[in-house]
Amino acid sequence: MTHFLNIETFDQWRTEARLLLAQEVEPFDINFLSSRDQPLLFADDRQEASPANTTHNVPKLFLDLARNVACHRKANRWELLYRTLWRLTHGERSLLQITTDDDIHELLQMQKAVKRDVHKMKAFVRFRKVESVDESENYIAWHRPDHHIVRLAAPFFARRFNGMNWTILTPDESVAWDQHELQYGAGVPASEAPDGDVLEELWKTYYASIFNPARVKVAMMKREMPVRHWPTLPEAELIEGLLQQAPKRVNEMIEQNEGFDRTATHYMPQQSDLDSLREAAKCCHACDLHQFATQMVFGEGAKDARIVLVGEQPGDREDIEGRPFVGPAGKLLDNALARAGVNRNEVYITNVVKHFKFTERGKRRLHKKPNSREIFACRPWLEAELAAIQPEAIICLGATPAQALLGRDFRISKSRGQVLATDWCKRTVATWHPAAILRMPDVSRREQMEQQLVGDLRLSVA
Amino acid sequence: MVADRMDVREKLAILADAAKYDASCASSGSKGTRAGSKIGSTEGMGICHSYTPDGRCVSLLKILLTNYCIYDCQYCVNRISSDTPRARFTIDEVVSLTMEFYKRNYVEGLFLSSGIIQTSDYTMEQLIAVAKKLRIDHHYGGYIHLKTIPNASQGLIDEAGGWADRLSVNIELPTDADLHQLAPEKKKPQIVKAMSGIREKIDETKQEQAAGFKPPRFAPAGQSTQMIVGATPTPDLDVLKTASELYIGQRLRRVYYSAYSPIPHADARLPGQSPPLIREHRLYQADWLMRFYGFSADEIVAEKDHNLSLEIDPKLAWAIANRHFFPVDINRASREELLRIPGIGVRNVKRILSLRKHNNLRSEDLRKLRVAWNRAKVFVLTADHNPSLADLDKLDLAKRVKPKSQQRMLFDAASSAASGEV
Repeated sequence: MTHFLNIETFDQWRTEARLLLAQEVEPFDINFLSSRDQPLLFADDRQEASPANTTHNVPKLFLDLARNVACHRKANRWELLYRTLWRLTHGERSLLQITTDDDIHELLQMQKAVKRDVHKMKAFVRFRKVESVDESENYIAWHRPDHHIVRLAAPFFARRFNGMNWTILTPDESVAWDQHELQYGAGVPASEAPDGDVLEELWKTYYASIFNPARVKVAMMKREMPVRHWPTLPEAELIEGLLQQAPKRVNEMIEQNEGFDRTATHYMPQQSDLDSLREAAKCCHACDLHQFATQMVFGEGAKDARIVLVGEQPGDREDIEGRPFVGPAGKLLDNALARAGVNRNEVYITNVVKHFKFTERGKRRLHKKPNSREIFACRPWLEAELAAIQPEAIICLGATPAQALLGRDFRISKSRGQVLATDWCKRTVATWHPAAILRMPDVSRREQMEQQLVGDLRLSVA
Repeated sequence: MVADRMDVREKLAILADAAKYDASCASSGSKGTRAGSKIGSTEGMGICHSYTPDGRCVSLLKILLTNYCIYDCQYCVNRISSDTPRARFTIDEVVSLTMEFYKRNYVEGLFLSSGIIQTSDYTMEQLIAVAKKLRIDHHYGGYIHLKTIPNASQGLIDEAGGWADRLSVNIELPTDADLHQLAPEKKKPQIVKAMSGIREKIDETKQEQAAGFKPPRFAPAGQSTQMIVGATPTPDLDVLKTASELYIGQRLRRVYYSAYSPIPHADARLPGQSPPLIREHRLYQADWLMRFYGFSADEIVAEKDHNLSLEIDPKLAWAIANRHFFPVDINRASREELLRIPGIGVRNVKRILSLRKHNNLRSEDLRKLRVAWNRAKVFVLTADHNPSLADLDKLDLAKRVKPKSQQRMLFDAASSAASGEV
């Protein structure tokens, strides 16, 4: 005798399946129908069963599987589940482990589709903010899942968006959260969903900006973000335009690579000895300073110097004479070197930036601090000089060389006079720039700084 | 343009654009949602909320707090000597963007990085302030990934880990020499020191938990790093060795490989070309082999030039170089042996082990499991299939088992780059 059953939900199926199993009704004797799928042609002629005395122990794994598969849209899900239940309870206890069995394989495929659909719902629901009469904020989304998964996914949204009122509408069913409980209702067509949200422009801006045109992989995108979800994703309308512009944008990126803001590396000679470097540096156009300075002022001193002194940049006098530290600051430095017992002929003196930077005030050219780009453009010369000399000690005069060699975090006020290791030598010390001492108005402070400069110079010879 | 007058949309365009070169966007690995959260949760696997046409997922609001930077790393568009447009978010702007995006289910959380302004510690404090405000003022329980600023003090890193789910320190380039060449201000020892600082704190937290205490959370999703490949000539073997060191020594959750991408205003020292995406993909495959398949870096890279083959995937390449190991009997081999068969992934090895308790597996069963049979068939024995040993010895084996056309390979690359499955 064939039983006709109209099943809608997992709970219904479970109740019916229990009864049928208790009566030992075999799978091929049942015809499962679903009003969603087809009209009910035959009345249910099944007799009310007496409460089942026998309980069947089915693996928990099966209940989880069945709960998922019940949400699948495929019409044969109920009979497939019942047949599996029958086999589990009729001698095939470990059937679920045989994942290559045809029935199990099909159930697992269905479960996978449902789980994927739930996952996509979690990902692709887009809430839109709607203000209601009482000025409370409500968030509403319309989404079209493939399967009947609203009840599977809703608890996740309740946990995640616990502190706000939200509603998710789908064609089959809707669900609302009022910060206390989930309420399910009828399905709603897309036309009843709110359209637009003030944040969508910002979101699209983000989406367009985070895309790297140099790495286009469209197949991958479509695989993970199926095109049928695109209508409810505000950002999807940008995709075509982004793809069209991509090749042009990449070409621009690559073209800009050439020649833009070169560093001194570009002008490096084949030979890296000091004489070749000095010659090559004369032609350096890595920054704009060469246009205004009289000449390039390269480092000078002993080629095998044990100590290298590094200043910031040449000043007015240095620019004219073409030699470092020959102005007033140079005099002060000479004096300090003498007091420290260092012979200027035995050291090498240079600057981080090799061209004088200034502003004109009347007839005078006033020193202007080089900016970071100029410093970094010029820095390879300094590195090459240090590599050629390989000194035992480096003395950074002032913040500019100290930050160039010891890192941008370096503060003279905090770490002056400390012996630190760098890539270029084990004894790198930063101290005052002689010009800073000259500019110090407070006489006693000036004397103290000069004393410290001498002390730091001594430290590096020690 | 004066930064102060910029509106949030303009800043977002600049500061998201500046963040797009960082490969990481994962939002998984946190254990449970923070207690007392009102908006936001961290549970299960991360969710990708969108995909851009580059095939990469958008799961986090990935932005920079500012792209002003005092460093001069040549591969970075935000380096001090670059002419890129600059912007800086306020702390409140980032907090508000995160909350508003999150409430609309656009994102799974925040990935906040920053150019270095003033000092490392100052910058780190700003990042922490954002995370703290989200957690305390907004009862936000979603994912937060903070990029740790190099040289920031340990005290600040400890604090950051209290608010964030994941911390990361970018290793940037595979070797010391590469760093020296392209990022003169970053030093590998400093980077590794920062990583081990995080690792020690994670270990400490775990030990306390094991002892039955309830220590405050510290980076429950662990730490990760990013390595740029293709900006220097360093071969894959060195890249993988560095990664391997980091997995073992620093117990990193992930190493992200990012094919060097051309950047606007790039220094002339860098390669001016599109990124070698297939190489990046091979590195991910190799990385997977190290983490889940029991391979070591030396085994995987067998080529003379120390690079992975671009033609065939590293597992297949290993199999072809080690034919004496095959055929492997599906019904008898150990887990470790099964893991070495090309075309069979970790999940299928697990299924095979459980299935064969009940049945003797046949080739049809393997096909039902969606084993890549064309690749696997030469290397396996099943109840009904015994490949002729002569096949294994043929010289053109590589040609015969590799995917049919170039087109197909690119497609595989795309899908497998996301899943990481080999």
